[in-house]
Amino acid sequence: MTDTGFIELDGVEKVFEVRRRTGRFRREKRQVRAVDGIGFRVPRGEMVGYIGPNGAGKSTTIKMLTGILTPSGGRLRVAGIDPSRERTRLARRIGVVFGQRTTLWWDLPLRDSYRLVHRMYRIPDARFRENLDRCVELLDLAELLEVPVRQLSLGQRMRGDIAAALLHDPEVLYLDEPTIGLDVISKAKVRDFLRDLNAERGTTVLLTTHDLTDIEQLCKRVMVIDHGRLMYDGPLGGLHEVGESERTLVVDLERELPPITADGARVVRVDGPRQWLAFPAARSAAPLVARIAAEYPLVDLSVREPDIETVIAKMYAERSAGL
Amino acid sequence: MAEPVAGVRAYGLIAAMWVRSTMTYRFSFAMTLLSNFTATGFDFVVILLMFGQVDGLGGFSFAEVAFLYGTTGTAFGLADLVLGQVQRLGRRVRDGTLDTLLVRPVPVLAQVAADRFALRRVGRVIQGLIVLVWSLVLLDVEWTPLKAALVPVMVIGGWLIFSAVMVMGAAFQFWAQDGSEVANAFTYGGNTLLQYPPVIFAQDLVRGVVYVVPLAFVNWVPALYVLGREAPAGLPGWAAFASPLVAAVFWVVAGLAWRVGMRSYRSTGS
Repeated sequence: MTDTGFIELDGVEKVFEVRRRTGRFRREKRQVRAVDGIGFRVPRGEMVGYIGPNGAGKSTTIKMLTGILTPSGGRLRVAGIDPSRERTRLARRIGVVFGQRTTLWWDLPLRDSYRLVHRMYRIPDARFRENLDRCVELLDLAELLEVPVRQLSLGQRMRGDIAAALLHDPEVLYLDEPTIGLDVISKAKVRDFLRDLNAERGTTVLLTTHDLTDIEQLCKRVMVIDHGRLMYDGPLGGLHEVGESERTLVVDLERELPPITADGARVVRVDGPRQWLAFPAARSAAPLVARIAAEYPLVDLSVREPDIETVIAKMYAERSAGL
Repeated sequence: MAEPVAGVRAYGLIAAMWVRSTMTYRFSFAMTLLSNFTATGFDFVVILLMFGQVDGLGGFSFAEVAFLYGTTGTAFGLADLVLGQVQRLGRRVRDGTLDTLLVRPVPVLAQVAADRFALRRVGRVIQGLIVLVWSLVLLDVEWTPLKAALVPVMVIGGWLIFSAVMVMGAAFQFWAQDGSEVANAFTYGGNTLLQYPPVIFAQDLVRGVVYVVPLAFVNWVPALYVLGREAPAGLPGWAAFASPLVAAVFWVVAGLAWRVGMRSYRSTGS
């Protein structure tokens, strides 16, 4: 096991055989390639975002990485272990949080759920206490420990779930939509905690999410998957180039004027004295601003960064059109 | 550590959690325990009433029928108490919560079996035991050490056989799912906890057939021996003691079915 590939996937496939009822007794068999030849490597201690639209193959990938699902083809290793073959052995080394499914005990105080984890994973007492104290402090759980889980808010429960997944010192943490449905403050708490965890403990984190702010704030690296294939794997900023995204210069003029003409920029909208100019995200805004300031009666201006969501949506659209 | 030991330990841990969960609603627990006890007791009251009118049932005296009832009732009650929850597996498959069990370092069967462990089911066991003890007092049988030993063997053998059948039923639910639904549960994270599959009927049929056969070994054949009657035509005399053997065979089959079911679930549905 080398440090360059703590999580390793090579040409991993997952094909589901779907039988659909087409008549009263007739069934049609159809193959769905949920994951279609994915390969990537995640070094130990990295924090990676794994994004894609619904049904793109995100969950299926996570389920293969945790050993829940057996891949139909390809090679897959987590910490040197083949997950589907040694699922229970791997379970001691990974933590999983399914955003929409709590593993906490509904009718019992939060503390009881942790006690179960303690015994189920056979965590040494001292280690358990240390980890629990840490989680309680950083996730702000002190006042919730004696509260039955059913009385917790969604955000509190999510924090509780994250703590439960970390008590046995997993080397990898899989998070499936960890901030879904949370309010802004809870989201911030969860993100802060994950950042600390990754920085201090070196826990490798793989995160699927719909909320791109999660990725922006947490992950240097992002992988985009669609139709079971990896479409992008690299730094978040690189998505802009791949997606040929544009930045927007918002210009306020002294009065209403015909659309500004400038090289390398085009006016996308005019509203009274205000105009919106789009220009390639990779280019500097300075020359453009200088030219406009020289030629037009400028009052104010601002630059808007491209919305990552739009970039990704555009990627999907192009991909679908190309198919 | 050997898997069965790990399984039993995990079972204990989870069952204890469920007991504590139920105890948070003490009153409701007491009421369900009571109603459970009464409902199962009703069966027996029916038999009691019948014997008020006639002296025998198919050539069996009241005490003998009570003996048959008591042994089977206790065996089934024990199986239901310990393993009855495996029948909920189908639901867990459909709503995708089975996955949360698969990422834990303990055997899945133990987790599924202990799921929603309900102490109130002990009511059925107690009721069966009461009838059994009562029948033993009433029975006019010449007890031999062998006969006396056969009674607990009957109960424990029956318990094991019923449990094995329950596990088989659960394993069957891995296939009973609509393939597309399972695939959906995988790809979309399984919020499709909606329809109950029509296969539920097939499941009942299977259960019916599979329960009847072992019942003969749990109950009928050994009971005839204890009661000093002749074994059914064609069966050798040792058949009365075959229940542990039958239980072992059933557990091997159940274990295989479970394994195959799990494998098919993990490579998915169908």
